[in-house]
Amino acid sequence: MMGYKLEFADVLAQWPLFVQGAWMTIQLSALAVVLGFTIGTLCAIGRRSRYRLLSFACGTYVEAVRNTPLLIQIFIVFFGLSSAGFKIPAFAAALVALVLNVGAYTCEIMRAGMDAVHKGQIEAAECLGLRRAQVYWHVILRPAMEKVDPALTSQFVLLMLASSITSQIGVEELTAVANRVQSDTYRSFESFIVVAVIYIVLSWMMRGGLWAIGQVVFTRRRKLGTLA
Amino acid sequence: MSAVVSLEDVHKSFGALKVLNGVSFDVRKGQVVAIIGRSGSGKSTALRCINRLETIDHGRIEVCGHVVSDERVDLNRLRRDIGIVFQSYNLFPHLTVEENISLGPRHAKGMPLAEARRITTEVLSRVGLLDKLHAYPEQLSGGQQQRVAIARSLAMSPQVMLFDEVTSALDPHLTGEVLRVIEQLAAGGMTMILVTHEMAFARKVADVVIYMHEGRVWETGAAALLSSPATSELQQFVGVTL
Amino acid sequence: MGGAFNVNHFNFMLTGAVWTVGLSLIAFAGGGLLGFAIALARVSRNRLLRWPATVYVQLVQGTPLLIVMFLCYFGLAMLGLNLPAIVAAGLSMTIYVGAYAGEIWRGCIQSVPRTQWEAAECLALRRWQRMRLVILPQAARIATPPTVGLMVQVVKNTSLASIVGFVELTRAGQLVNNSIVAPLLVYMLVAGIYFALCFPLSWWSRKLEVRLNFAHRRQPDLAFAPA
Repeated sequence: MMGYKLEFADVLAQWPLFVQGAWMTIQLSALAVVLGFTIGTLCAIGRRSRYRLLSFACGTYVEAVRNTPLLIQIFIVFFGLSSAGFKIPAFAAALVALVLNVGAYTCEIMRAGMDAVHKGQIEAAECLGLRRAQVYWHVILRPAMEKVDPALTSQFVLLMLASSITSQIGVEELTAVANRVQSDTYRSFESFIVVAVIYIVLSWMMRGGLWAIGQVVFTRRRKLGTLA
Repeated sequence: MSAVVSLEDVHKSFGALKVLNGVSFDVRKGQVVAIIGRSGSGKSTALRCINRLETIDHGRIEVCGHVVSDERVDLNRLRRDIGIVFQSYNLFPHLTVEENISLGPRHAKGMPLAEARRITTEVLSRVGLLDKLHAYPEQLSGGQQQRVAIARSLAMSPQVMLFDEVTSALDPHLTGEVLRVIEQLAAGGMTMILVTHEMAFARKVADVVIYMHEGRVWETGAAALLSSPATSELQQFVGVTL
Repeated sequence: MGGAFNVNHFNFMLTGAVWTVGLSLIAFAGGGLLGFAIALARVSRNRLLRWPATVYVQLVQGTPLLIVMFLCYFGLAMLGLNLPAIVAAGLSMTIYVGAYAGEIWRGCIQSVPRTQWEAAECLALRRWQRMRLVILPQAARIATPPTVGLMVQVVKNTSLASIVGFVELTRAGQLVNNSIVAPLLVYMLVAGIYFALCFPLSWWSRKLEVRLNFAHRRQPDLAFAPA
């Protein structure tokens, strides 16, 4: 390595900062996942709606988000809104951008899941006298979620990794911490290696956590071990 | 005895295809009506129109005082009075047998949990599957699933029950258990309309047989009709089927 | 530049867009080759190939692209190499795309029915012949829609190269904004150009998917970074 020796001591000495950064990443991701999942699911219902305007609006939102980079979305929310007179803190701007982003992806995934619920299921529920909202809640959403659960997990892990981009508007999450530590210690490569390892651990933890949630929510899968 | 279900001059097309071409018949309380006919004769469509899974183009349908053909009909109330059992069972795969059955009573009727549970065990014992309370649909045979589907409809205490070719998807050795349940319901005085291919069964349980052909009621009468058809079409149909 | 937004600013951004396309092509070519090797290694019967490929995918898919970029950027500098930013950007995109493309294609290879392998085996084809003559052509058909979808993600992900100083579309937008300070206008315009690059690909991908009627065997797990 041409005279360069890897030296982790100085970097690791900054461990409280890494812990803080990781905690911020976890908070940001957890909030974005919960809110984004809600918005995405509502949007998927909207896309299936009979009202053309609603379904068109949801479709436009999804296409706009899916065909532009998250970095630009973050810039638009943070710099754009503040220049238009809506000053919001970096964390809030980052959260809004992440929620909008993951919402669009969730919408597409959930829509695929809902489309896979057989028409006969919905008819059967309607024939029991359930209202539209009840049909969605009991007969469409849960099986749909069960079906697309692996895709949602991947998407949410990707979101957690992508939250690193929010360092660019000054959110003090893990990547921002790495930048700070590397400029303090002049150990750039080591700093990013450490952070990469933390991200890998976080993504495993997240997969594990989402799997555990699935085991609780999807009773049939837990009991029978079968897929939707 | 007044009519619980009545169809008057019902017309229905899917695009250019005329499926129902002026169908009229009445079903009185406690009657068992079997609708027979070739596939494409409109019998299933007629059944689906009765609880408004399909809307009609012309005519009038009335069920238990609900004018089904009226756009403003309260669908949820209508469907609490009509039970339907489908060819493909349509049980909810993610719910246990108990949850499948109690879903309607609890959420459409707003019954308390204990009451819904009581009804669930009652209807489930009527179809002889009390031991399957906590099973999931995929753990049951086709015949058992169809019996659960019947129990699910019964739990809503409907005034009328519709059966849409409920044994067509079953292996021959499983049809018996389902037909026996339907027979018991008939004996118990339930008003029923069956679309069926099982001629022997229709002859056995039906008070009235309706033969549909080309979207019309071609011939109708008591079950004896099947032994002495008046039209050549029914003669041919019965001849082929028996 | 300076002053109000003018045609020079726009031209500067378009030049940036050309670099975005260039970096995307490099990333797609490099990542595609690497990904192909990864996919083959992942379905290999040889543990010495399968194992490293699995570890590689696990590591890269657990790391943000931004961190991969920093590692390449500082790693190359650490090796004493003073290279232009596009090298670090191209290298990190290759590493990153390789892992995701590899996983997509592995899924496609594995979704070719087992019976096809058996049929090929009965024709006395060797393993590599079976792969090349029977499996890969079928896998390629399945792979087309998600691969085009991957291209959309590649184009969007090149925006992160701006952070290590490569002047592509996003960096060009930042530079224009630094001079005229009209972030909403500038970034909306940048977003519009990205959309113009990506939407046709998205549309094409969807169309391919519908045409090949693979909706029923679509693997939603093939999602890619939301960047």
